[in-house]
Amino acid sequence: MSTEETLTAPVEQNAVEEPLDLVRLSLDERIYVKLRGDRELRGKLHAYDGHLNMILGDVEETITVVEINEETYEEVIRVHKMTVKRTSEMLFVRGDGVIL
Amino acid sequence: MLFYSFFKTLIGHQVTVELKNDLAITGVLTSVDQFLNIKLDDIRVVDDAKYPHMMAVKNCFIRGSVVRYVQLPASAVDTALLQDAARREAQQPTTGGAHSISR
Repeated sequence: MSTEETLTAPVEQNAVEEPLDLVRLSLDERIYVKLRGDRELRGKLHAYDGHLNMILGDVEETITVVEINEETYEEVIRVHKMTVKRTSEMLFVRGDGVIL
Repeated sequence: MLFYSFFKTLIGHQVTVELKNDLAITGVLTSVDQFLNIKLDDIRVVDDAKYPHMMAVKNCFIRGSVVRYVQLPASAVDTALLQDAARREAQQPTTGGAHSISR
């Protein structure tokens, strides 16, 4: 008599959702990305990979230039100048610049 | 490998590459590799007056690591195909940067 042992263990699929799986849920949605160099992007996520390289569509880039007002020593007043650059086409963003 | 394949489909299109040093170059994409190094033909620096030292240069090779953005024509991109490929890519995470060169 052969005891048939049917292994009912399912195929190992990451049951735990990793951060990249959560990013996958945002495909085709508008997202906000923070980059190095005080830059921010808002655009529609079309593609991404494990390096966080991304393709964004209809994207708006915001570069923050910080000017420090040094008149008073007690309070340093920062004036943020926001320059908005609009790239309406498709933009490939390299992953090593992405912070958030 | 997703973006490598994606860029291969864009060979022949005019793109604008913005580098990490703020230099922006427009040219026709002739070649790309697995590191996303880029070769551009017939280039033109976007802000001529600011960056004159490329006046004599017609073609260039750009190391992938210095690229900040690549601006692409929206018409050349099939977004549905991209999203689909990205979904599949996510299920196979790149194990520690699979960049092996076998000679």
